[in-house]
Amino acid sequence: MQEKMQVYLDNNATCMVSPGVKDAMMPFFGELYGNPSSMHNFGGQVAKHLVIAREKVAAMFNVDPDEIVFTSCGSESNNHAIRGVLESNKEKKHIVTTKVEHPAVLNVYRFLAKNKGYKITELGVNKQGDLNLDELKTVLSPDTALLSVMAANNETGNIFPIKEIAEIAKEKNVVFHTDAVQAAGKIPLDLKKIPVDLLSLSGHKLHTPKGIGALYIRRGTAITPFIIGGHQENGRRGGTENVPYIIGLGKACEEAVAHMNEEAGHVSKLRDKLEAGLRSVITHTYINGNPLSRLPNTTNIGFEFIEGEAILLHLSKAGIAASSGSACTSGSLEPSHVLMAMGVPFTYAHGSVRFSLSRFTTEAEIDYTIKIVPDVIKNLRELSPFYEE
Amino acid sequence: MWDYTKSVIDHFEHPRNAGKLKDANAVGQVGSLACGDALKLFLKVDPETEKIEKAKFLTFGCASAIASASALTELVVGKTLDEALAVTNEEIAAFLGGLPKQKMHCSVMGKEALEAAIANYRGQSVEEHKEQEVLCKCFWVDEEKVRENIRKHGLKTVEEVTAYTKAGGGCGNCIGDIKRILAEENGSIVEQQVEQKKPKMTNIARMKLVSKVIDEEIAPMLRKDGGDIELVDVDNTDVYVKLRGACARCANAKATLKHIVEAKLRESVDEDIKIIEAE
Repeated sequence: MQEKMQVYLDNNATCMVSPGVKDAMMPFFGELYGNPSSMHNFGGQVAKHLVIAREKVAAMFNVDPDEIVFTSCGSESNNHAIRGVLESNKEKKHIVTTKVEHPAVLNVYRFLAKNKGYKITELGVNKQGDLNLDELKTVLSPDTALLSVMAANNETGNIFPIKEIAEIAKEKNVVFHTDAVQAAGKIPLDLKKIPVDLLSLSGHKLHTPKGIGALYIRRGTAITPFIIGGHQENGRRGGTENVPYIIGLGKACEEAVAHMNEEAGHVSKLRDKLEAGLRSVITHTYINGNPLSRLPNTTNIGFEFIEGEAILLHLSKAGIAASSGSACTSGSLEPSHVLMAMGVPFTYAHGSVRFSLSRFTTEAEIDYTIKIVPDVIKNLRELSPFYEE
Repeated sequence: MWDYTKSVIDHFEHPRNAGKLKDANAVGQVGSLACGDALKLFLKVDPETEKIEKAKFLTFGCASAIASASALTELVVGKTLDEALAVTNEEIAAFLGGLPKQKMHCSVMGKEALEAAIANYRGQSVEEHKEQEVLCKCFWVDEEKVRENIRKHGLKTVEEVTAYTKAGGGCGNCIGDIKRILAEENGSIVEQQVEQKKPKMTNIARMKLVSKVIDEEIAPMLRKDGGDIELVDVDNTDVYVKLRGACARCANAKATLKHIVEAKLRESVDEDIKIIEAE
């Protein structure tokens, strides 16, 4: 019997806090407790650290620090971007997004369509999960107020061509927002070259604790504040700064930039090893997404004739953490909206498992996973009325 | 993560009586791949005594679906068919120390597979749902089943109905009807839904093109998955269709309509096309 390991392959859901981030944060739970807005030295020294953290986040995107607004999470960033832009431009009544966005974008759009009279266009994707940019060009109109397209998909890892999309939006004079919660820190995003107007970021996908995010707002973008209150964040988000977490996010961005090459090399090699290792021994297995344009850390594999929750529970028992687009895991009765939009057949939509790695994933963990998964799949298939060898 | 009892986890990890039963003389199958769970139950019945001597199963589904099937086989072995028919889905759930509310339909599936297997043994045909009676088209649940569950289990909310029957858990189109039935069964008065107007046919050219695209491109695609589609009517850009075969019982009929049928027609005919599932 193989010795049991603990293997965390659900980094697109959340990640471990990096030791460096934790160390950077600790003083701000202790002696560095001042309010950065205060005139005295308690606040002043904290304010200095805040400036540095903001510079580190800005550096990851090659933008100016005053274009970064700290928020409480990725969802707040998305809400701020979408509702703030529409609030400041009430003339236009058409909004465009994709069917495969994270609920933190998609449900905001649908809420606005349902309750605020917006006409919504949700762009579809092809079988590989990619958008049709020609379709995008045709749907943007002079009445379009806002376009949101994610930089990379959380379930499949598909990377969307946000540079081209941003250029199309610019040409059509449409404000463009991208949810980069999954992409940021994993692939280079130089916003001097990519003309997005707004970009959402989440800390805990970058190895900070949960509870911190950021929104990049390109200078000159018309947007109303999301939390009205004090002068913090240049008046764009009231509320005393969440100092320890902001410091943590600054450190996390710095680390992400330092490890970006490693992410593309070490992490994608392990991901490819896992994928190849599983597919070479398990039949009736499909990759959901576009293998040629994916985040380096993500693979979404459909195992035919079995159901995801059952797979996850068996994996969990063996110490392996992953996630699934199966209906049963979510509490809803329908499988993942992303897989449905891609037209993934039911034979493996319910049996789709996402493995997402991080720079902390080791080769031994991947080897262990390659050993464990095939038996789990085999046992469940033997139990399935649909599987015939 | 679901809050499963130790017994659910035990039956999931070590299912009793799993596999095919070669000498089965009664077989019942319910559910489908599209629904996300299915159960095939095999029984060996003694023709003299009508006692269930052996029971085995195959399940496609989540932990509680597997555990419910396992529990069912343990419950019915040794019982006569009539005794087995008296087993309720609550007994299956209770045998496992309870199921999360949202997973009660797993125990209902066990009960239905048992009924199907016994009907199969007795040479009765399993009742086919008539289309008009189907309330939840996503999970193919008829009104009678909803009423039965409301009465039996004292259900009060749409969420509870969904937990027990799955009805209302897909596209949500039948939630209004479920509310009405809940109100009727629970004795309060609600206004009747306004009847939908029957669309009238206009615009021959568009209709012809829609019909052509459905016949030549969409239907062949759906047939590959055992489904089919029927064009019912076209009213300007509103296209009324019915899904057939596997598609009609598909958990994601709405997704199919939206992502496959509507997308294709928008691409090939008119970007304003709206797909409406015909009543």
